[in-house]
Amino acid sequence: MSADVAEPAGAPAARPAPEPAGPERIADSASFRRLVVGLPFVWLLLLFLVPFLLVLKISLSTLALGQPPYEPVFPLAEIASFGERLRELSFENYLFLTDDPLYLDSLISSLVTASVSTVLALLVAYPFALGLARAPERLRPMLLVLTILPFWTSFLIRVYAWMGILRNEGFLNQLLLWLGLIDQPLVILNTNTAVLIGIVYSYLPFMVLPIYASLERQDPRLLEAAADLGSPPARAFWQVTFPLSLPGVLAGCLLVFIPAVGEFVIPDLLGGSETLMIGKTLWNEFFINRDWPVASAVAVVLLVLLVGPLLLLQRARGSAGAGAL
Amino acid sequence: MSALGEARPQPAPTGRSLGSIRRSFAPWADPAEVPLIEFARVSKRFGSFAAVSELDLAIYRREFHALLGPSGCGKSTLLRMLAGFEEPTSGEVRLDGQTLNGIPPHKRPVNMMFQSYALFPHMSVEKNVEFGLKQDGMARSERADRVAEMLKLVKLEPFRSRKPAQLSGGQQQRVALARSLAKRPKVLLLDEPLGALDKKLREETQFELMDLQQSLGLTFLIVTHDQEEAMTMADRISVMREGRIAQVGTPETVYEAPASRYVAEFVGGVNILSGTVAERRGDRVRLTVPGGIIEADVPVGSRLQTGSPAVFAVRPEKLRIARHAPADPGVNAFRGEVWDIAYLGDMTLFNARLPGGEILKAATVNAARASAEPLGYEEEVWLTFAPDAGVVLPE
Ligand SMILES: Nc1ncnc2c1ncn2[C@@H]1O[C@H](COP(=O)(O)OP(=O)(O)O)[C@@H](O)[C@H]1O
Ligand SMILES: [Mg+2]
Repeated sequence: MSADVAEPAGAPAARPAPEPAGPERIADSASFRRLVVGLPFVWLLLLFLVPFLLVLKISLSTLALGQPPYEPVFPLAEIASFGERLRELSFENYLFLTDDPLYLDSLISSLVTASVSTVLALLVAYPFALGLARAPERLRPMLLVLTILPFWTSFLIRVYAWMGILRNEGFLNQLLLWLGLIDQPLVILNTNTAVLIGIVYSYLPFMVLPIYASLERQDPRLLEAAADLGSPPARAFWQVTFPLSLPGVLAGCLLVFIPAVGEFVIPDLLGGSETLMIGKTLWNEFFINRDWPVASAVAVVLLVLLVGPLLLLQRARGSAGAGAL
Repeated sequence: MSALGEARPQPAPTGRSLGSIRRSFAPWADPAEVPLIEFARVSKRFGSFAAVSELDLAIYRREFHALLGPSGCGKSTLLRMLAGFEEPTSGEVRLDGQTLNGIPPHKRPVNMMFQSYALFPHMSVEKNVEFGLKQDGMARSERADRVAEMLKLVKLEPFRSRKPAQLSGGQQQRVALARSLAKRPKVLLLDEPLGALDKKLREETQFELMDLQQSLGLTFLIVTHDQEEAMTMADRISVMREGRIAQVGTPETVYEAPASRYVAEFVGGVNILSGTVAERRGDRVRLTVPGGIIEADVPVGSRLQTGSPAVFAVRPEKLRIARHAPADPGVNAFRGEVWDIAYLGDMTLFNARLPGGEILKAATVNAARASAEPLGYEEEVWLTFAPDAGVVLPE
């Protein structure tokens, strides 16, 4: 209630910058925006679309003995006779995939393995992420660094380390024997269990981080409001915390599931003869059989199958953005 | 407000204004009355910092009580101890005679309206309002009726299936209000409920809240740092300072008879003149202040003695400002020059500068549309007041 009178002087002097600057700046920001939006597209075009088209092209050609080991389709020199060439395309490789049950079996087995490891990773990662998000604020950066610390070591070395841990006379069996929980070493290495352990371990941070991100930005007042309205803590978790973290859960699941389907190194090192994974089949096709066209066809089918979940992620992101905040 | 009136569970007694009901409401003056809420020597420390210190406060059933104080003085902490989000470090919080210490928030029969509203973003308006009722296991049909009633009360029926993000700030505020009222809590706690609204909407909502509180017969405890808001709405105000209560009283008491210089300065505009008690005769004291002598009334029990330092606090609207000298220019009269003029429409504020450099604020009501000879800048004026215009407070 101070009676200070507002000074009228000085107000007109503080005019904004002269007008011509306006339209120019808008044009600037528009072209800048185009650049920013355009860069990822250029990136995608060069590093994804072009290689994909090459693979697609190989998958439509026929096997040949030579270097490269396939008949070229669409040689650039004959671009003029495009229509003629189109008729020569071979869908044989795709038909072959349905002939031999190996491909379907390894595809199904990959999808099952990826699904099971995604669920296991979720079960491990959720409490992990919740713990991180509820940790004292000053500890969180350090805990986050610890979460991604394994990435600082080569992926291969970490998978090899698991071979050491899971071997019959490895660390895990020694520990269990010493604790008296078992009296025979468990056979884990070179089984599907070892593959699951390897995948869950390797991809855990990809599950933890998006879930953590969605938990961390939740307003703690929401839980107070739930408690205030009569919801005990455990119920409030399922009524408020969990539903609000679903976008993170979905993102984490896809980040684990998609690479896990095509995983090659982990089944190769930790799996056994029973382990059938599409990634391994692909590798065999390329490097053992040297049948690039069939291998490319496998790769194309795999990609098409995985685009589905990716679109799902995109949709979930979109609706989460609209509904959450 | 007429729409709110329609939804009243019990119609207000006909022919009586809300004000007349409120004026006769004074349970705190009745020694037989038992308080609904009691804070008994409550302290709350965060580490070594005391957010609330040894605080006593009693709030009565159907009272509209406001906690008023500057930011950081512990208002929210006090409220959160009642809701159960903070446990007192020492002392006891009682509701209806029962201690609340150790009872988790979900078991307390109080509800809170959060400053940020804290609406569940993944639930529709309807589901938000229904949330508390569901926790109690209320039957589905009863729940639906209560939700409908609440949405009608806050005029949000057309928005029932919207998500909070699809509502304006004012609408979100109404959802938060409906949600916190749905369970018919014994006490509704409101933490700066109108802070995010613009001025016009805020003033409208103040009256709606008062109306709601009356018609539902609830006890409201509201936190605010806006003294006008507190004075508009509350039956009583607790003025807080650094974790303690500086004064509890009706808006009139707090404004007209502030218990300390702090309260006088926090609630409304005030002129403070510091001086020494030159003489005391019964309920009259004579103060010498720089630039003049003040004669003022003091309560009979006042401990002011001759020679003790004291301040005279007087509200701007209680000073008369005029061109000519009064009959006795020696007492309760100060000569100055007009230093600043603020024309506010309904009233005009003058800052008058005394010869010693002190500024006195005076307010005049603009009862007529134009004055024949308005006061101008640097004009010599006299400021005068009656002995009962202000209060004498210890320094
Ligand atoms: N959880 C807490 N931890 C530490 N200090 C706190 C916490 N909550 C409140 N405080 C401190 O207590 C004091 C009172 O806070 P608060 O009750 O929110 O004030 P008000 O609502 O009156 O603005 C502030 O200085 C604040 O920093
Ligand atoms: Mg506060």
